[in-house]
Amino acid sequence: MIEPRSEAEMAEAVAGLSAPVEVRGGGSRGALGRPVQAAETLSTGGLRGISLYEPGALTLVAGAGTPLREIEATLAAENQRLAFEPMDHRPLLGSGGEPTIGGVAACNVSGPRRVQAGACRDAMLGVRFVDGAGRVVKNGGRVMKNVTGYDLVKLMGGAYGTLGVLTELAFKVLPMPEAAATLVVRGLDDVSAVAAMTAALGSPFDVSGAAHLPDAGDPAAARTLVRIEGFQASVAYRAGRLRDLLTAQSRGEVEILSEAADLWADVRDVRGFADRPGAVWRISARPSDGPGLAASVPHLAARYDWGGGLLWLLTEESDAAAAAVRAAAARLRAHATLVRGPAALRASAGAFQPEAPALAAISAGLRAKFDPRGLLNPGRMSA
Amino acid sequence: MQMPQPDAGILGRREAIVARLAAALPADGLVSDPRELLAYDCDALTVYSCPPLAVTLPRSTEEVSAILRICHAEGVPVIPRGSGTGLAGGALPTADAVVLGVARLNAVLETNYADRYVRVQSGRTNLSVTGAVEPDGFFYAPDPSSQLACAIAGNIAMNSGGAHCLKYGVTTNNLLGVTMVMADGEVVEIGGPAMDAAGYDLLGVICGSEGQLGVVTEATLRILPKPEGARPILVAYDSAVTAGACVSDIIRAGVLPVAIEFMDKPIIHLTEAFVGAGYPMDAEALLIIEVEGSPAEIEEQLEKIKAIAETHHPTTLRESASEAQSKAIWAGRKAAFGATGQVADYLCMDGTIPTSALPETLGRMTQLAADYGLRVANVFHAGDGNLHPLIMFDANNPEELRKAEALGADILRLCVEQGGCLTGEHGVGVEKRDLMVHQYDPVDLEAQMGVKDVFDPKWILNPAKVFPLAASQGRGA
Ligand SMILES: Cc1cc2nc3c(=O)[nH]c(=O)nc-3n(C[C@H](O)[C@H](O)[C@H](O)COP(=O)(O)OP(=O)(O)OC[C@H]3O[C@@H](n4cnc5c(N)ncnc54)[C@H](O)[C@@H]3O)c2cc1C
Repeated sequence: MIEPRSEAEMAEAVAGLSAPVEVRGGGSRGALGRPVQAAETLSTGGLRGISLYEPGALTLVAGAGTPLREIEATLAAENQRLAFEPMDHRPLLGSGGEPTIGGVAACNVSGPRRVQAGACRDAMLGVRFVDGAGRVVKNGGRVMKNVTGYDLVKLMGGAYGTLGVLTELAFKVLPMPEAAATLVVRGLDDVSAVAAMTAALGSPFDVSGAAHLPDAGDPAAARTLVRIEGFQASVAYRAGRLRDLLTAQSRGEVEILSEAADLWADVRDVRGFADRPGAVWRISARPSDGPGLAASVPHLAARYDWGGGLLWLLTEESDAAAAAVRAAAARLRAHATLVRGPAALRASAGAFQPEAPALAAISAGLRAKFDPRGLLNPGRMSA
Repeated sequence: MQMPQPDAGILGRREAIVARLAAALPADGLVSDPRELLAYDCDALTVYSCPPLAVTLPRSTEEVSAILRICHAEGVPVIPRGSGTGLAGGALPTADAVVLGVARLNAVLETNYADRYVRVQSGRTNLSVTGAVEPDGFFYAPDPSSQLACAIAGNIAMNSGGAHCLKYGVTTNNLLGVTMVMADGEVVEIGGPAMDAAGYDLLGVICGSEGQLGVVTEATLRILPKPEGARPILVAYDSAVTAGACVSDIIRAGVLPVAIEFMDKPIIHLTEAFVGAGYPMDAEALLIIEVEGSPAEIEEQLEKIKAIAETHHPTTLRESASEAQSKAIWAGRKAAFGATGQVADYLCMDGTIPTSALPETLGRMTQLAADYGLRVANVFHAGDGNLHPLIMFDANNPEELRKAEALGADILRLCVEQGGCLTGEHGVGVEKRDLMVHQYDPVDLEAQMGVKDVFDPKWILNPAKVFPLAASQGRGA
């Protein structure tokens, strides 16, 4: 494993490469994407540390190899956090390793709060990276608003390390709320659950999470969750209003939890699928299409986040199942990512939904510009 | 500011090019009369103007595609245009270019409240997007001050922001998808109604690319339920430093207002003379802080804000008790540009700085203005450090314009030096093109220009913008 100690060393290392490498942060998300054929690993582990943190300006800058845990602890000490609630892939993938902030950015890892606070890419203010030719490039900065030149920050976020090795990232952070409440409705079928979540998300009550966890064995045990956060009195007020709204919508009992962090960690990390065999799909769709999409493909289990707009499906590990998921997604202008599956399936079915030919050509063009020698995670992003 | 010499070959083929465009468009879709072309010779950066070779006003994506196919084949530069309210010269034509204006593409194509999006044609104005969904309790969040006039097309190209973006984000955070015509006329769909798309975040790159990567004809925009209510509070201080400290304390305390606007003494006096909003004339700095929610939630947040504001000893603290009083608090802020325009010509700068650098930057800016002997008024989005110094000058005096531009450049360099950037929401256009070297190294610019190479290999879309001419010269040839 090559582990440069500085950005300059990273640039030198990339410039000196003669064969493809797998780029690695903490290794906890290495099984995402199409398997990379590379004999050598290039680690960002040496690019570690928070170089700037200004709580009053809501900004944090850190090396790509900085453990996420360290960043979250530093923020928590000032009562702040990364608002996009990054998923921890380890339970689902059965992986080890220490997630790094660079890995979070490279995979645009977001969680349930996406519906309110945006994705990881929305919180990214600036990047520094080493492109495939070994050049150190910066884009964006550390300020909240910046339209100076093209937004390559977005391009690098979610590029899975195929356009450059991230070396440093600047993030917008947000205050931790004083209070939170989670409303739980039991026993809703998927369609009613999405309707209830839609009513909540269409209300002025600033919902920061809306998920539905069906129970295939016991329909009455299905849970639909709606979260709000903020100041104490405001949370109490909105919880009351949402309870009325959800009661009217679902004609069921609505329970209000004041402490539900574990439940949301379960939603975020898809823990319900962690111990079950099968392929795990992450499908991004219009919320109202979620239940129909799930019903149209054979699956072992389903879960909904983002008010129904993020559908997690557990299916058989087969090319036929993969083809069915992809076709169903394509029909609805949704897209399906194979998040967990055997390497052979990720190689044959591809991890990502195929792009339209014109877009695939642009993507290939960008790869040729940023990594002309095809050295960085080659193949990982190809469908 | 230099623009490249118009291509003599294109000018020589003017009639043939106009004839080809005329054949592809309905009679009212093409403007080539020299007098009528003058209406398109500049955007809101009026100090630079040049009539184009022709103006096209398509009514459909197919017509946009036809125009681009012709221009691509002829090698003619194309200047996409929305409403022409841009402040950076992004829609400034050259004599050898065809302007492609999308103003007639203004329909709402789909509203979907269950999935919380609206799909519109890109020429639709910002405010009328909200207008289309407001009766049903929704709104489109980005709210540039120019929202009555500016088009979604321009908003996407510039990644525009507004007073309320502290809470809701700017255009890129509220854009789900676009239909875009590539330089060669091919129509592509990027993103869509779902929250994210497969593959690279191309939508993120297109947003803010200033019309250089493609012509956007349709957009899918995220809409949000309207808050129950909103109320501003006005707080004034006898020093800008204190006001800056107050802003920082509010943010630290975990209160996230939807807007924190800052006005300095010169702009307070200008707007007061113009609209008489009743602002305190003795204040050195004034903050307008707005919060949202139910009446009780508004009360709770305002209590916290007032408590923080009091610790800094305000000279005035004015709460609003009615809709009319809220309007009065906002009246001066909303009239700031208009009020300045009444007394002088002005250049509106748009640099962003880390909020912690606010006091020092304001101090040094005042000094710079004094050195140049020019007046500067400041009104800006304090919560996110996006400054709008208005440099006043006399446009009939070339020497003053030169000085104003030099001061503007100094101010923007100061922003970069403080850890900020050249432009927070108005874009680079031609205005800041040559200052890009102060923020970005050649390799940074090369990476960005590489993206344009991929989308528009011939560099016919809005060339001579964004990148220093010296850097972009010869590309696409
Ligand atoms: C009084 C005033 C107040 C303002 N306040 C704000 C503010 O608060 N916040 C803010 O962000 N801005 C503000 N602006 C700046 C301006 O209104 C915005 O930049 C706006 O988004 C421009 O929209 P437009 O439709 O007028 O675009 P235009 O000026 O026509 O064009 C702007 C850019 O977009 C490109 N473009 C236009 N149409 C397309 C298309 N279909 N496809 C691709 N590219 C295209 C053009 O080539 C150009 O580069 C203000 C301007 C004025 C005059």
